[in-house]
Amino acid sequence: MEYVIQQTLNALSFGAEYALLALGLAIVFSIMGLVNFAHGEIIAVGGYTMVAFASLAIGNPVIVMAGAIIAAMLASLTLERVAFRPVRKADPTTGLLTAFGVSIVLQNIFLMFVSPRPIAVTSLYFLDWPIEIAGIRLASLQVFETLTTIVVIVALMLFLRRTVLGLAVRAASLDFEMVRLTGIKANRVFAMAFLISGLLAGLACIFIMARRGSVDPHLGFDPVLKAFVACVVGGFGSLPGAVLGGFLLGAVEVAMLVMLPQSLGGMTDAFVFMIVALILIWRPDGILSPAVEKGDKL
Amino acid sequence: MLTIQDLHVFHGPIEAVHGISLNVERGKCISLLGPNGAGKTSTISAITGIARATGSVRFEEREISGDSVEARIASGIAVSPEGRRIFSNLTILENLTLGAAIQKDQKEKGRDIDHWFSLFPILAERRDQAAGTLSGGEQQMLAIARALMARPKILLLDEPSLGLAPKIVRQIFDLIGTLKDQGMTILLVEQNATQALRLADYAYLMSSGRIVAHGTADELGKSDKLMAELTGVA
Repeated sequence: MEYVIQQTLNALSFGAEYALLALGLAIVFSIMGLVNFAHGEIIAVGGYTMVAFASLAIGNPVIVMAGAIIAAMLASLTLERVAFRPVRKADPTTGLLTAFGVSIVLQNIFLMFVSPRPIAVTSLYFLDWPIEIAGIRLASLQVFETLTTIVVIVALMLFLRRTVLGLAVRAASLDFEMVRLTGIKANRVFAMAFLISGLLAGLACIFIMARRGSVDPHLGFDPVLKAFVACVVGGFGSLPGAVLGGFLLGAVEVAMLVMLPQSLGGMTDAFVFMIVALILIWRPDGILSPAVEKGDKL
Repeated sequence: MLTIQDLHVFHGPIEAVHGISLNVERGKCISLLGPNGAGKTSTISAITGIARATGSVRFEEREISGDSVEARIASGIAVSPEGRRIFSNLTILENLTLGAAIQKDQKEKGRDIDHWFSLFPILAERRDQAAGTLSGGEQQMLAIARALMARPKILLLDEPSLGLAPKIVRQIFDLIGTLKDQGMTILLVEQNATQALRLADYAYLMSSGRIVAHGTADELGKSDKLMAELTGVA
């Protein structure tokens, strides 16, 4: 019994991280139809910001964490302004290629101007200590991550339901032109989506860095790949779908880790993706894909 | 109040409207009639700035043809677009709230919402339901109410009767009549000429991107051109 609870909690914390990342992709996709593959590099920007603080001998964890989040938000806003705004009206493929381009350019900037090797960041180790409650062993980081994700989901829901700009973000996923016709500035809606996406990347960055303890130019690649899968499973463009996909992916991953025999341990990802493929055969658009308008209602 | 001169509207490389001029006076209901594809909706899109256009669009003595969509809406133009385009994934209340996005005064906003809810009890009943669950006629009323939430100086109504049952069409036109009586300036785009002419003070008849006739409702109603253009029978 304790074992089951233990693994359930593990699955939740895995899922929480994926959900956090997937939401960052989904909110931009929902209004722009753009898969922002540079999301991983925004996470890396947060990581390198921590390195910068360390080299300035600033160790105050609050400053380090806030700095990383703010840097990620600014990076996200800057990308919107510099890279994505000019291709907003272009074909979706152009946007996708732009995202890949931005991602490669940023990775190479880190390679050339910082270092190709991992740089240790120790300022966040303190977030991670073992907890044992009633025989269940947990890392404090898992608890923080799960709680943060829950708070983020609630805050995002309140923003999207209670503020005019939040309503506009939701409406824009359906009909952006009509949102402009209500007088809301398109640029503000886009900027807000990227700002939220950057905030989510910054939060994810803190947890990734606290666990890994180092940053390298490819820091964000794996997490964003997983987030992308979570979005696909949940239904691209749907925010609840991103959350569901994230937690589902976490659960499947932990289940595979637990259930696969030792000899197949290296194949976990293969089995995870097989299950993902099966889900997509069952629901090709993802589980919670937004309903497609089936013609005019007359 | 709204004056258009020599307006050409383009969809990509195609010119959909070939130099039309029209005038909407304050407090009047002006109707723009014509068959499908005549360029009526393109004209509306040019007024709101959605479509690329050349020529002059003056609103309240000010040239607005260089302004952004958002700036034009902020200056007092509101549109209930063709096909209604309500935000079906948002609730009815949220649709109205978004309609009032440029309205800063929270109290006014609340009063306007109450006003529309009292006028359309069905919207009030379903205020927290997704707007996509409304019937076509209810969606049209919501689209008009959403446009009016911005407290516009002019209301552009694009095909409000499209695809609605005759009984609902009468309700919609009754509403437009009420709005007109309350002093709202309206540019009404319609294929349903009979209903539109009943309300309109003045009407323009469009065909193939040009204005082919204009006059008071009485004059135009009697003209052979109207029937010929709308039915395709000369």
